[in-house]
Amino acid sequence: MRSKSSLRQGSEKKLAFADHPKQEILLPVKSSFIVLSLAAALLLNLLPLPPVVLVARPDFVALVLLYWCIHQPQRIGMSVAFILGLFMDIGDASTLGEHALAYSIMAFSALVFHRRLHFFGPYTQAPQVGLILLLGQSVMLLAGLLGGSHFPGWDFFLSSVTGIILWPLLFSLLRMSQKPGRSDSDAL
Amino acid sequence: MEMAPQFFRQGPSLLARLFFFVLLSLILMAADTHFRYLVEIRQVFATALYPLQKLANVPTTISDAIGTVFVTHHLADENAYLKQQYLADQGQLQQLQALRAENEQLRKLLQAAQRVENKAVIAEILRVPGDPFNRKIMLDKGSQNGIQTGQVVVDDVGVVGQVTRNYPWVSEVTLITDKDHSVPVQVVRNGLRSVVSGTGKDGLLELRYVAVSTDIQEGDVLVTSGIDGVYPPGLPVATVSKIERSPAYVFARITCIPAAGVGHHRQLLILSLMNPPAETPADAFEIKPETRKREKVGIR
Repeated sequence: MRSKSSLRQGSEKKLAFADHPKQEILLPVKSSFIVLSLAAALLLNLLPLPPVVLVARPDFVALVLLYWCIHQPQRIGMSVAFILGLFMDIGDASTLGEHALAYSIMAFSALVFHRRLHFFGPYTQAPQVGLILLLGQSVMLLAGLLGGSHFPGWDFFLSSVTGIILWPLLFSLLRMSQKPGRSDSDAL
Repeated sequence: MEMAPQFFRQGPSLLARLFFFVLLSLILMAADTHFRYLVEIRQVFATALYPLQKLANVPTTISDAIGTVFVTHHLADENAYLKQQYLADQGQLQQLQALRAENEQLRKLLQAAQRVENKAVIAEILRVPGDPFNRKIMLDKGSQNGIQTGQVVVDDVGVVGQVTRNYPWVSEVTLITDKDHSVPVQVVRNGLRSVVSGTGKDGLLELRYVAVSTDIQEGDVLVTSGIDGVYPPGLPVATVSKIERSPAYVFARITCIPAAGVGHHRQLLILSLMNPPAETPADAFEIKPETRKREKVGIR
């Protein structure tokens, strides 16, 4: 028992150690990149789209936020999630705090599971992230229903599904610019 | 025991933070729905968001611009059509002016309050949010353009909604289909007054608390009655589409289809506020028409 857990701890340490140098080298670049990616996500969420597309549009802000919560948990956390949620509330003209609540809870779940999620590939990560997205949408739905709305129909959850599909692409996109000019072994 | 250090290093602070943010959002939601205290917070965030909103609208503007370049061959047709329309409208307008003069005369004889003409501002739809829990849209005119909350928004066929929040350059319009929105209406056919309410569903309105025996038919046109002092009288709102009269209930279930919609046009008209409503019916006779500003605004 003891040896097993110490082994696990050891392996975790080793991977964390392998991860650290990359992060420290790219530290000054990333801060602006994180802000930029979040702003771009916000922009994509604010794009005026026809209603048919709007139903299936993934929540870009939630996706990018989850990515950074999983990969940069010490820098992007619930406070950023909360503020982004407030922006989305204004942009979507919804009750102030609705998106903020959902994003905070999503960020929390991502932070809790970030050690686990961190070592999965983009494809195996996608369904797990999908669960977090569904959780966030359920929170939003609950908030909406408690606010007196009618049930919007099951296609409300469609954006989580498209989010799952989009996750690998987003993963490789954000990962690619995360280590520029590096011959990475896990690019495949 | 082995798990303990990790738990204590991370767990409590994370949970505490979650608790804090959940509590904060719940307080915000409650305050926003029930008290409307959060105007300043909204203003700050909306102002910060405005550049992004404007940027997000750039693709549409570009595609519009490209569209205008390529539709030049339609212009001759459109011009001919518009000229015809103008002539027809001009004829009607002359009739209208005669009728208006007559109406003024009659109202003077009856000592009734004058109808005040509305000034209008054209605004473009900035965004139709996908939030399924409320029916709201954003327009690209705000308090900097003199837009105030409470102003009525119409398109060329009827009432679209009402400005419920205004930010410096953007205003938020609650559509008449929003679940919390009601418009006082009148049936054109017999002058029956009622209130039409939104259902929260797209393209569906409801006349609530209308007795089963009331004289109302399918296809009846509903226009604003103007007794609320917010909506100017006579604007088309909806058409009655279905009436279910069940003897088991006191009230009939009446569903209506709104006349106007957000999907038709990019541009909408924001009408100016009406006179403040009279406190008592006696006051209503005292209200004099203010300086009458005539402004013709053409749409499409």
